Amino acid sequence: MSGSINRRVTRYAEAIAGIGDGATILLGGFGGAGVPLGLVAAIAEAGLRDLTVVSNNGGSGEPDLSIWLAGGQVRKLICSYPKSKASSTSSFTDLYRAGKIELELVPQGTLVERMRCAGAGLGGFYTPVGVGTALAQGKEVRNLGGRDYLLELPLHGDVALLRAHQADRLGNLTYDKTARNFGPVMATAAALVVAEVDAFVALGTLDPEAVVTPGVLVDRVVTVGAPR
Amino acid sequence: MTPLTRDQIARRVARALPDGSFVNLGIGLPDLVPNHIPADREIILHSENGILHLGPRPPAGQEDWNLINAGKQPVTIRPGGSYFDSALSFAIMRGGHLDISVLGAFQVSGDGDLANWSTGAADDIPAVGGAMDLAVGAREIWVMMEHSSRQGQPRIVRRCTYPLTARAVVTRIFTNLAVLVRTEAGLVVEEIIPGLTLAALQQQTDAPLLAGTQAGRGLAPLEG
Repeated sequence: MSGSINRRVTRYAEAIAGIGDGATILLGGFGGAGVPLGLVAAIAEAGLRDLTVVSNNGGSGEPDLSIWLAGGQVRKLICSYPKSKASSTSSFTDLYRAGKIELELVPQGTLVERMRCAGAGLGGFYTPVGVGTALAQGKEVRNLGGRDYLLELPLHGDVALLRAHQADRLGNLTYDKTARNFGPVMATAAALVVAEVDAFVALGTLDPEAVVTPGVLVDRVVTVGAPR
Repeated sequence: MTPLTRDQIARRVARALPDGSFVNLGIGLPDLVPNHIPADREIILHSENGILHLGPRPPAGQEDWNLINAGKQPVTIRPGGSYFDSALSFAIMRGGHLDISVLGAFQVSGDGDLANWSTGAADDIPAVGGAMDLAVGAREIWVMMEHSSRQGQPRIVRRCTYPLTARAVVTRIFTNLAVLVRTEAGLVVEEIIPGLTLAALQQQTDAPLLAGTQAGRGLAPLEG
């Protein structure tokens, strides 16, 4: 099929081209589901430094975010749950205890909603989550309709790295089960959106009713197992 | 007098879940609840990572690591189940669309304050996950926990000393010794294990307790 738009890239090096030191990276995944491991490996290999990473988890000791942490590539982690079962030996735990990494701890629903705001062009939102807790420190509290809320601000990424199931050349994406998690929201919230997919399919193959992330949000698609 | 086992607490919680309810189970002790849901009851389980109507862990060898629960363990999905992204999942939680959230806890106060995300220890790795969202959003917050800490300290306290998850949210507490309900008047003991007196339970509880009989409910034996 012909057409001028083609989001597909054939190599991981192309998929991450232009991402620089100091970037803020939105990294998809919840636990082991939905983490773009090939893109993670490519960023590790590129040796990028001073990264700010937004990720629900802090790495499990598998070849996930843990390898960026172990490589000293991450300056700051914005995260809801940096602990893992492997945490007694994980890189995040060591770095955090040694004071070598900054942590911004955010309740999970607030984390995703801050990215949703960024992607939806909104200036922030008021949430009841965290009111009266240690995580409310420094945040504006506003009483609306008799209930206290915290002001939370949008969270933008320079880059979003996602794991999806299928893609076509326009960048339309489907997901696989609970590997969907943060992907659809992160796809709205970054200047450059890169998806790693199980399969690239011909235009017209994806049922428009089944497309979760429309291609307008996606810049590059690389297939799992593509050459470096 | 025999305190309930962890599985017996889970069975008691499962029996209390109303037919037709939408429920989120936290990680830890609540993980045991699905094993005990009566077969004739339709309970729709939600997990924060974007799934409604999850079923039990599949047999060994059939795990799908793209199909996991909030504890990151493989699960199955039941007929009528659905997947959705994290923003919608937390809208379901925060927006009051779940009937009940069952959570583990370090401490609960008599006013319903919940502490379940951090011990506050200097070497603790802070990790909140969806705990605060769940505690604020579900229509009812049930806590299941051992009545006392491993060091023998009461977990049901006048004032939480651990960092708070949310204020005044817990509606019901299931422990290995008793079932308690929070009312305007205070914490009411609805059920207690046979052989344990209310006075003995109070000795293991920092927050003041009211007997269910005083609220006209009747103090019933707690059975797992």
